[in-house]
Amino acid sequence: MSAFNAIGEERDIDRDEFTPAIEPQATWCPGCGDFGVLKALKQAMPEVGRTPEETLLVTGIGCSGKLSSYFKSYGFHSIHGRALPVARAAKLANPGLEVIAAGGDGDGYGIGGNHFMHTARENHDMTYIVFDNEIFGLTKGQTSPTSPKGHKSKTQPHGSAKSPIRPLSLGLTSGATYVARTAAVNPNQAKEILAEAMEHDGFAHVDFLTQCPTWNKDAKQYVPYIDVQDSDDYDFDIHDRREAAEMMYEAEDALYEGTVLTGRFYVDDERPSYQQEKQQSGDMPEEPLAERYFDEDYEWERSYDLLERHK
Amino acid sequence: MTDDELIWRIAGGSGDGIDSTSQNFAKALMRSGLNVFTHRHYPSRIRGGHTYVEIRASDKPVKSRGDNYNFLLALGDSFARNPQEEAYYGNEEIKPLSENLDELREGGVIVYDAGLLDTDEIENFDERVEENDWHVYDLDLRGLAKEHGREVMRNTAGVGATAALLDMDLQYIEELMEDAMSGDVLEANLQILEEAYESVKNDYDHTHDLRAPTGDHDEEQVLVSGSHGISYGALDEGCRFIAGYPMTPWTDVFTIMTQHLPDMGGISEQVEDEIAAASLAIGASHAGAKAMSGSSGGGFALMSEPLGLAEMTETPIVLVESMRAGGSTGMPTKPEQGDLEHVLYTSQGDSNRVVFAPGDPAECYEQTRKAFEIAYNYQIPSIVLYDQKLSGGHQTIPEAVFDEEPNPDLGSIVTEQDLEEAAHEAGRFKRYMYDAEGDREGVSPRSLPGQKGGNYLASGNEHNEVGHISEDPTNRVLQMERRMAKLDSIREELDETTDHQPVYGPEDADYGILSFGSTKGVVEEAVDILNEEGHSVKAMNVSDIMPFAKADVTEFLEGVDEALVVEMNATAQFRRHIQGQLGRFGEKLYSLLKYDGNPFEPSEVVSGFQTHLEGNADVSDYNVRIESATGD
Repeated sequence: MSAFNAIGEERDIDRDEFTPAIEPQATWCPGCGDFGVLKALKQAMPEVGRTPEETLLVTGIGCSGKLSSYFKSYGFHSIHGRALPVARAAKLANPGLEVIAAGGDGDGYGIGGNHFMHTARENHDMTYIVFDNEIFGLTKGQTSPTSPKGHKSKTQPHGSAKSPIRPLSLGLTSGATYVARTAAVNPNQAKEILAEAMEHDGFAHVDFLTQCPTWNKDAKQYVPYIDVQDSDDYDFDIHDRREAAEMMYEAEDALYEGTVLTGRFYVDDERPSYQQEKQQSGDMPEEPLAERYFDEDYEWERSYDLLERHK
Repeated sequence: MTDDELIWRIAGGSGDGIDSTSQNFAKALMRSGLNVFTHRHYPSRIRGGHTYVEIRASDKPVKSRGDNYNFLLALGDSFARNPQEEAYYGNEEIKPLSENLDELREGGVIVYDAGLLDTDEIENFDERVEENDWHVYDLDLRGLAKEHGREVMRNTAGVGATAALLDMDLQYIEELMEDAMSGDVLEANLQILEEAYESVKNDYDHTHDLRAPTGDHDEEQVLVSGSHGISYGALDEGCRFIAGYPMTPWTDVFTIMTQHLPDMGGISEQVEDEIAAASLAIGASHAGAKAMSGSSGGGFALMSEPLGLAEMTETPIVLVESMRAGGSTGMPTKPEQGDLEHVLYTSQGDSNRVVFAPGDPAECYEQTRKAFEIAYNYQIPSIVLYDQKLSGGHQTIPEAVFDEEPNPDLGSIVTEQDLEEAAHEAGRFKRYMYDAEGDREGVSPRSLPGQKGGNYLASGNEHNEVGHISEDPTNRVLQMERRMAKLDSIREELDETTDHQPVYGPEDADYGILSFGSTKGVVEEAVDILNEEGHSVKAMNVSDIMPFAKADVTEFLEGVDEALVVEMNATAQFRRHIQGQLGRFGEKLYSLLKYDGNPFEPSEVVSGFQTHLEGNADVSDYNVRIESATGD
């Protein structure tokens, strides 16, 4: 075959290229915030300049997991909570790919919480979008890790005694080098943030507030929102971990009191990505691993040459 | 007692350097022209506790640990003398002697460290020595080591004493030491070795007859473990990505691979858990690398989910399962073959995977290569199933086994030119095409992320030809049948191209012994003994577990009156698998089961066979159990 095209040049891309020719009937409910994520993602892609073929979108399970069906690129619809380990290995094997992982709050902060922590810690160069609607949607409305304390559902009839996860703070303390929150109800900000996240050389965590009109009637809480970058009330250094942490704390507390703060909360442009760190220490090849299998001149080492120590 | 072989057992505490010492001694025996087989017995703790390594050496082929042993080097457990009072318990100090005496053959030799062990503390020691005609040599190995270097070098003194008592040349041992050490450490060790050798030669009367056997290899040998076989097989198949989480005994493969991958342009990832590990292998393979992961029982349980994902998305991966005694955490450092059904059936839905169970290090190499080839050609997960015994036990095999060309072929990948003309739907490539043309039934063409015109959705949900989620009944049946058809075509290919199930012993024998995995060698030795005794027995070690080697096993069983199924578990999982796969022969199959944490010895298989012949099928002892035939 012709050379395996592991890394593409950035080029002009039309957002419509990411729409399947015959769009599958989206099975999201009318008014679902997930439509907002799909739209924002398609709008952000031209700014990144990767073709659908050079983009790999790995999703988990649930309503959010269906994103990979409605977005035309290479897609991997994995299992509940496991999008990140699949995605980060694909990026290691072929660093030329634009790798995006997406999941829901149950998927990403619950069952996949451990993977979230470790993927952020390693600072893989990829974007992680968490559809955060504070509810389990596809299983019909159970309490999720971001549901507010006291939230009543069929599985917590007397109200949840658990405090919600703090997604932004968790992303920051785990080691994510780009942490932002946006909302489906603000398409312009969402588009900008997703494009920035993809351009970022490291693990970009986007907590994406998505309303669930069917199971979470409090979805209106996401309106109106305040953009922390645009508002004079919030002045903090986005590159300073401590200031960012304080700002996140405020945003996370405020959310359950009805004030929705969105925007960029933390950006670290200095720290090298995991892939760069590994290459620097000699732990990973400079050339994409996946490309090697198509290089006819590559000389594959033989185990026979390792036998000296066994003689 | 057969004295044409040496079975040398070095006993002491974990962390006392028993393993490295025995590795070098085993290599010295190999270099002297002998065939070598090693067996490690160690507790699940880092330092202290009773541990031993057995090295069996003979000029004849050695395929198992053998029966009992004939030379004990008892070093004493230095960690039993822990200065922290509370950490000291019992009379652990004499364990390297007392724990091992039951298995020492008549006429055997004992060398013990008089600096650490006191035979007065062992009940009836002198009587037992006399009764069994043992030859005892007490040496102050620790004192000797301290005098010229450090206390831990008493291993070297023990090896020097061994060499003197067995009339061995020190040359090979010294060469190996020179390879492994340098400077003052080397000087001290060489001095201790020679002093121990000289003092035993000059100061002791040699009352025993045992001498090191002599041999001569026809071809260059290497001393490798099953884990080396698996790792080297993977490397030669172009595997350059591994992800794992440490767990005994799987860690052997994980560390061997990790040792080589960065220098070979590969990637190794130690990750947060086994779910992640197998998922990483899937991600890397999806993106176009040859990838593997693996674990042992409990860790493999976590891989159940991604294993199903690999089956459903048809992502090729190879998983290694190194069995240890279960259930749950079981006995981490002890072998068992209790995960067979777990590996065959874990994960939801109908199983759609390949399982090979190699029986020795050479088979580990060959079948891991096969596992990769099948996985990538058929887009299916392959599992290499072996156990703790084969994982760490070393064996001499011809170097030529590894003299094979690498095969980096990813298998069943389409080119970008092909993609231009290939079938598409809704702008997506028909990756999961129902009726793909090709030699391999059920296999559809695969594109890689990055390839132009190849975009599709890989989904763990049931999906249509381009990967979109589908619950359409017609599509469901077509996709299910296509995926399941792969197993039939794999079986056909294996029957045509490999001989994983060779028969051992006379073709026309009346009785059969069936086994899988690491019991291969011990069964073959038992077959030799039984036939020498006048019985008529042949054996088959089955490696093709899934898809099962139906034709070979059927032919084998049709030719015998009865067959003993030998396996290391309590519930006869392999016998049940044979019956389930073949749907007959139940009345011919009876079981010999061992599940005490130690591998079979040839004599146990022999006596299991004889016990059944004598009609005492219900005779059991504490560590081996016979189960009579069950019928279909």
